[in-house]
Amino acid sequence: MLSAIAAAESTGKAVAASGWFLENAWLIWLFPAVSFLLILLFGKRFPRGGSEIGIAAVGASFVFGLITAIQWISEVEGAGGGGAEGEYAAGAGGLVAAAEGEASGGVGALTRSITWLTNGAEAIGAGIMIDGLAVMMIFVVTVVSLLVHIYSTDYVAGDRRYTHFFAFLSLFTASMLFFVTASTTLQMLVGWELVGVCSFVLIGHWWEEKDNSDAALKAFFTNRVGDMGIIIGVSILFFGAGTFDVIGVNEAAINGTMSHTVTLAAALCLTAAVMSKSGQFFLHTWLPDAMAGPTPVSALIHAATMVVAGIFMVARLYGVFFEGYAIGGSSINLLALIGGVTTLVGATLAFVQNDIKRVLAYSTVSQLGYMVLALGVGAWTAALFHLFTHAFFKACLFLGSGSVSHAVHSFDMKKDMGGLRQHMPHTYRTFMIGTVALAGLPILSGFWSKDEILVGTGGWGLFGGTGGNGAYTVMLAMGMITAALTGAYMTRVVYLTFFGEFRGHGTPHESGPRITVPLWILGGLAVVAGFINFPAGFQLVPASWEEKFLQWVEPVGVSYFPAIKHATPSWTLAIVSVIVAFIGIGAAYYYYFVRVRAVSPAATELPDGPTTRSAVARLGHRILVNKYYLDWLYTTVIVGFVKGPLARAAYWTNQNVIDRVVNEAGTRSVQAGEIVYHKVDQLVVDGIVNATGKISDSSGEELRRIQTGKVQQYAAIMFAAATILAGIFIIVI
Amino acid sequence: MLLNEMLLLGAVLFCIGVYGVLARRNGVLVLMSIELILNAVNINLVAFGAFHDTVQGQIFALFVITVAAAEVGIGLAIVLLLYRNRRSIDLDQVDLMKG
Amino acid sequence: MIAEHVAFGIIAAVMVAAAVRVVTTRDIMHAALYLVIVLAGVAALFLLVGAEFTGITQVLIYIGAVIVLFLFGIMLTRSDFDQDEETDHKRKFPAILTALLLLAVMVGALVDRFTDVKLDANLPGGQVPQTTAQVSDELFSQYIVPFEAVSVLLLAALIGAIVIARREEGG
Repeated sequence: MLSAIAAAESTGKAVAASGWFLENAWLIWLFPAVSFLLILLFGKRFPRGGSEIGIAAVGASFVFGLITAIQWISEVEGAGGGGAEGEYAAGAGGLVAAAEGEASGGVGALTRSITWLTNGAEAIGAGIMIDGLAVMMIFVVTVVSLLVHIYSTDYVAGDRRYTHFFAFLSLFTASMLFFVTASTTLQMLVGWELVGVCSFVLIGHWWEEKDNSDAALKAFFTNRVGDMGIIIGVSILFFGAGTFDVIGVNEAAINGTMSHTVTLAAALCLTAAVMSKSGQFFLHTWLPDAMAGPTPVSALIHAATMVVAGIFMVARLYGVFFEGYAIGGSSINLLALIGGVTTLVGATLAFVQNDIKRVLAYSTVSQLGYMVLALGVGAWTAALFHLFTHAFFKACLFLGSGSVSHAVHSFDMKKDMGGLRQHMPHTYRTFMIGTVALAGLPILSGFWSKDEILVGTGGWGLFGGTGGNGAYTVMLAMGMITAALTGAYMTRVVYLTFFGEFRGHGTPHESGPRITVPLWILGGLAVVAGFINFPAGFQLVPASWEEKFLQWVEPVGVSYFPAIKHATPSWTLAIVSVIVAFIGIGAAYYYYFVRVRAVSPAATELPDGPTTRSAVARLGHRILVNKYYLDWLYTTVIVGFVKGPLARAAYWTNQNVIDRVVNEAGTRSVQAGEIVYHKVDQLVVDGIVNATGKISDSSGEELRRIQTGKVQQYAAIMFAAATILAGIFIIVI
Repeated sequence: MLLNEMLLLGAVLFCIGVYGVLARRNGVLVLMSIELILNAVNINLVAFGAFHDTVQGQIFALFVITVAAAEVGIGLAIVLLLYRNRRSIDLDQVDLMKG
Repeated sequence: MIAEHVAFGIIAAVMVAAAVRVVTTRDIMHAALYLVIVLAGVAALFLLVGAEFTGITQVLIYIGAVIVLFLFGIMLTRSDFDQDEETDHKRKFPAILTALLLLAVMVGALVDRFTDVKLDANLPGGQVPQTTAQVSDELFSQYIVPFEAVSVLLLAALIGAIVIARREEGG
């Protein structure tokens, strides 16, 4: 492979000798991929069951990723002064478009590719595409993955499939890194499916319990729905742009080679994929169930990395989405709407969960909605910045919840937690950091990224800001409401878990250092991650420290990225959003810390809370507990309908409604005259009614009889159907 | 000789085989019917090979024969297991998928 | 040429009759023996069109091995050699309908497309037998990978059959 890439290397304009790590970034995903095979084959023979291989490989990836990031940053910083120096392109077979870096001032992505396969005249390449976005994702994935690996050595210690677990963690890391460095849409598709498979395997890690295997299947099937979207979308893009190359596709979308209709169609299909993978309303239902997997998996896959694959895909193909949805200059579009609805739905659902991981899962859904919303309103950098910060504080929260459950052997906040503040000081403190960051309070990381998204909506005319891509006032409102809700539900979690009185059994103990150290590292990152993107123009820090993230990650002045505008932040908006968050926190604080605690230190709800007093609140509560009836809709209505309740419904109607009407009529006709009753009602009306019922009943019975379970009858139906189709085919041809 | 003679014979054998697969209740008899179907296919393959004057038809027929042998081996093993578990190879009793 | 037609006609008639008996007879042992006739007929047809090697293989594998397997299967699973166990479904109508429908479609298509197409139309010098040498040349050059794959399949089937049919300890 090395020689193949070396042979494919064209001269290009290699800038600095220091670019070796940039050009060989494929090694970053190769390490964990090799580690997967090693653990699978030899893992059990190692003293620590193969976990050391995984940690070593991911550690190597992390180091390589870090050096790559440093080299990338030095390229970008150098290009800022030196003009066209930063442009370089290397590629084979003319696959890499020559246009990158042509525009002045920008640093184009570094792409290296080999010809993967040739189909007719079409050569399909495979390779790496390294730019700020990829570098940022590599950093996030390797950091979180490394910490989760270390955490897992304690958390799943003694598990019967310990080796298997680490093998798949490695495979997942490799797949995700492969996905974020992909240079073609086809590679992205491969990575996309691979992470899906790893997710399936890891959710079902304890598949002996039916709930877990059900959750794994649900995740897999829901994702299949969206996977159809990405397959169709990639195909449309190929036929529209004539290439699988990410750069080529984006350029074709931006310069109008692809018609707007094609771009829109592709964007719609890809949006379906985003909805399933990144848990957007109404395909988000798998994500909370996915918490059946081990907690480290939830932290790595279902909070920090895999679920943001959809966000990454949109960001990578942003030309397609930006042009397809005409994001610039509009005030609403599908992407922003999905994101907005999701963020609200997720935040409201987080209120009624008693399982701490499920709260965090819905919170993840909500925050992913935030990112999609940001992408939908054109705030590209803000979305990725939020992705960056969210990965750290949410991973911290998830690992914290794992640490708690490790101590109390349960995830149920109301039954088995409470008062853990004294027992688990490290977990408590890191959890609080994560909570404050998630709630978006200054000066922790969540505040900076959330605020940037709100700014990016451009809907804050009334707060005195300018320069957005459009006027997405509705989105701003949704974001604001979510900010309040987020603060409130996190306050509830913190109270139920760490305050009050311990409600479980035994005495919980703080977890060991392999759990607390990753927690503290993630907590630290959750504090400082926000500092790399200080908004410009506030004189908070020296000007050279401002908007570093933007400078490093966002491709500027290159042909494959749309010309997005950047909104100007304002003090007013920042203050308002903080006040809103405080209102949410304050309300929840008053409810739990003051009123509930006044009832009893062990209480979890007020005995006469709003759900007992107000019918509206009760209704809302019931809707939330039933998750907006989406699961019910999917399983009962859509799946159940196939099983033939139609006949049963008709029968029921017959029994309870029509018959009763008939009987009523019968009673009346007794008064009118017995003869009429006997002749007309009994014989004619009742007869008809009973016949109707009987027919629908027996037709249901007949339909049910098809499902005999006898393979030969299925075969007969299949053969007959195939024959009929063949006959039609012959006649038509 | 006409191509169609062979093809029509293949079609007739195939349909007899299909009937057998659908109508038989005994597992071994179903497997025999499957053999009829596979042989019908082989006839077609060889006939078309001869028609195009290549040996590829024969080669594919050889592959089918090999795979059929494997299939019979596995199929009979399954039938044997079924018999051992239920004292009967009546396929009507194998209805775990009943809805 | 006439002789060929006559030979084909006889073989075909015997085969169809035997095949019908295979799927209708109530005695499993008889069905296996009728199946032998069908398989032998197929082998004869192969010889008739010059596919010698395939014909011989047909005889060796099918009649020599597969039928023996069937006989073993029958003997191991016959419940006390009694005849009263039902071999067919009670309602044969769907099966008959499906088979006839299929036959109609296939015959229609074949008659429509291949009427009066001579089997040896491409060979001006009469029928040239496709020799075993040709078959082996093709099989071990162009089709070597499928050949190897099939041998692995056979091994897998062998192991699989043993695993499936093996009696559990103490069972």
